[in-house]
Amino acid sequence: MATDTYELKVVRQFAIMTVVWGIVGMLVGVLIAAQLAWPVLNFDIPWLTFGRLRPLHTNAVIFAFGGSALFATSYYVVQRTCHTRLFAPGLAAFTFWGWQLIIVLAAVTLPLGVTSGKEYAELEWPIDILITVVWVSYAIVFFGTLATRKVKHIYVANWFFGGFILTVAVLHLVNSAAMPINLIKSYSAYAGVQDAMIQWWYGHNAVGFFLTAGFLGIMYYFVPKQAGRPVYSYRLSVVHFWALVFTYIWAGPHHLHYTALPDWTQSLGMVFSLVLLAPSWGGMINGIMTLSGAWEKLRTDPVLRFLIVSVSFYGMSTFEGPMMAIKTVNALSHYTDWTVGHVHSGALGWVAMISIGAMYFLIPKLFNRELHSLKLVEVHFWLSTIGVVLYITSMWIAGIMQGLMWRAVNDDGTLTYSFVESVAAMHPYYVIRALGGAIFLTGMLIMAWNIWKTVAGSKPAEMAIPAPAAAH
Amino acid sequence: MSDFVSSFWSYLIIAISVGGIVGLFFLLRSNNIAGSAEPTGHVWDEDLVELNNPLPRWWLMMFDATLVFAVVYFAVYPALGDFKGYFGWTQVGQYEDEVKEMEASTAPLYAKYMATDIAVLAKDDDAIKTGGRIFQSYCAVCHGSDAGGAKGFPNLRDGDWLYGGTPADIETTILHGRQGAMPPWRAAVGEEGAENLAAYILSMGGRKHSDGSAAAGKATFDAMCAGCHGMNGEGNTFLGAPNLSDNIWLYGGSKRAIMASILDGRNGNMPAHADFLGKEKVHVVSAYVYSLSQK
Repeated sequence: MATDTYELKVVRQFAIMTVVWGIVGMLVGVLIAAQLAWPVLNFDIPWLTFGRLRPLHTNAVIFAFGGSALFATSYYVVQRTCHTRLFAPGLAAFTFWGWQLIIVLAAVTLPLGVTSGKEYAELEWPIDILITVVWVSYAIVFFGTLATRKVKHIYVANWFFGGFILTVAVLHLVNSAAMPINLIKSYSAYAGVQDAMIQWWYGHNAVGFFLTAGFLGIMYYFVPKQAGRPVYSYRLSVVHFWALVFTYIWAGPHHLHYTALPDWTQSLGMVFSLVLLAPSWGGMINGIMTLSGAWEKLRTDPVLRFLIVSVSFYGMSTFEGPMMAIKTVNALSHYTDWTVGHVHSGALGWVAMISIGAMYFLIPKLFNRELHSLKLVEVHFWLSTIGVVLYITSMWIAGIMQGLMWRAVNDDGTLTYSFVESVAAMHPYYVIRALGGAIFLTGMLIMAWNIWKTVAGSKPAEMAIPAPAAAH
Repeated sequence: MSDFVSSFWSYLIIAISVGGIVGLFFLLRSNNIAGSAEPTGHVWDEDLVELNNPLPRWWLMMFDATLVFAVVYFAVYPALGDFKGYFGWTQVGQYEDEVKEMEASTAPLYAKYMATDIAVLAKDDDAIKTGGRIFQSYCAVCHGSDAGGAKGFPNLRDGDWLYGGTPADIETTILHGRQGAMPPWRAAVGEEGAENLAAYILSMGGRKHSDGSAAAGKATFDAMCAGCHGMNGEGNTFLGAPNLSDNIWLYGGSKRAIMASILDGRNGNMPAHADFLGKEKVHVVSAYVYSLSQK
């Protein structure tokens, strides 16, 4: 029996901040959703207007909430599946404080209107440099741990975490290349349609690697652990991993259908987006089929339900995505709220719900406590599910209605609806969307209470590193 | 960044696109072997194990179908670098075809409208509906969906016209646009001069003002402003100089707003729509705008 212990402080820190940033990011989301329904909520205060807060919302939920969940889980999983202590714990501590500093800087600069204007990469160049430093440190810690593993085989979750860390580094460096003119303003290194293409190569792979590959890493550890079942198929995991990481890289041009982007580039983006359906579903199958033989646990275990329902939402939105990438469909869906609904079926249904499930698994272990209330997890689960469903169904209706209203033409060649008529028609759905978001946020507040009651007064857990199994 | 004009890039794109599809095909074939529901023998973190079930058949067929689709799409649509595809489709071509088709189907209607006087069209319900929809698409963003205008954008319903309100005037304005230029007078008259002028201008509309400064303002007005705005401030539609005596204001009628217009000038820009909308649609929307002030 090894006497050494795992490095868990940084995992605890990121895990708690996952809950905190989740609430902050979703609160801003509910506010901007309400602003779209009731514009008076912009208050005529520049710092609180939709245009400033929308990037704050996206950065907060993707990089603060999602990022913290990824750091927490990857640091935990890589240690436990490598049977070794985290490599360079001091550097890992730096990634925690560095990442929190980046989040705070984002929360200050974005409302002030300091932005590079690139979606999901709005932060200006000094913050971009800080991100690079933190990310390289993250890579050193993660791959250093992997390199010092005590088992021969690398567990599948670590392939996905590793792929996510490497690719995000490349995406960030290439897309954020810019010429600074002062401390808070820079201009992109690329121009015109090439800039647009680089941006959406980044943007789509931020989804593909940050929000997909990383979270598949979470799935591959926490689903079999919580279900107590073996992973369904090693072979499937090999095939869908390579197919996924290869194919995602091509899919960006589907964000630029019917634009100045050359026809051939659009076509490649569309074709590979369709090809992406099967690799994505490979992950879903492996997650859900891991439960075979233990389906009855879904009835009694709300944590497992979070994990499995999130994988179902993953399957749904990775079916919807390829369909929306088809040019004919995209001609209707592009620039409408359908896109917003699609993103949120992934962001709330998949990313948020699997993170929530993983935190309910992880946090009690990290603090050596039982969850305060499983009943409240149950309540949280239903609030989340109802919130997501309200959100995405209202946006389906709103988006398809917008697309149809914009293209409706009279016999005399004039547009049947003026733009403002389509805006007016959105109002009830914007109200329902804001309500769905508020319900989801309520669930997060219940989670915060439940987690608080779980960890208050506890002592940090110590976990001895077990010897690798004999098979190794 | 240089533009990629060498044919090398086209071949590179063909190679990696086709290579990608072929590579995925071989990834599937080389892994489509009998698996088993037995654990692989690897154990991590005490109890994490993996079975090695074979790739699900329906999933494999779905994957293959998307690869077949890719090959067919590459052959018929532009995708592989400079290769145009069997259909010869382009997005520009699709756009032009759709525009041509729509124009052909609406041409007789617009030819009929074009041959009708605006004053007559303005009483034709169908023409006014068409004109109104053109207005909502192209004009409402500045002039408002009720054509009531906004600061800097004229109200089109009030019978007050900067460049004249006859059907021909309105059509000319929309076809060719207008450039309104009120020069800045700060250097010439200064703050005090502008205040006096504002007082005089307020007096023209019979509004509250100080008699003393209005008298001083009149002298300046007659010398510097009357050339465009007229001796009595009645305006001049040839120049687009606003009537200053009717209490209708494009940039606000408060003393402060009038002074700002005098001191720093104003620039109005109505864009030309002849090329953009075509003269037939301009004719119909002119009839709509004309009809608004005839009620």
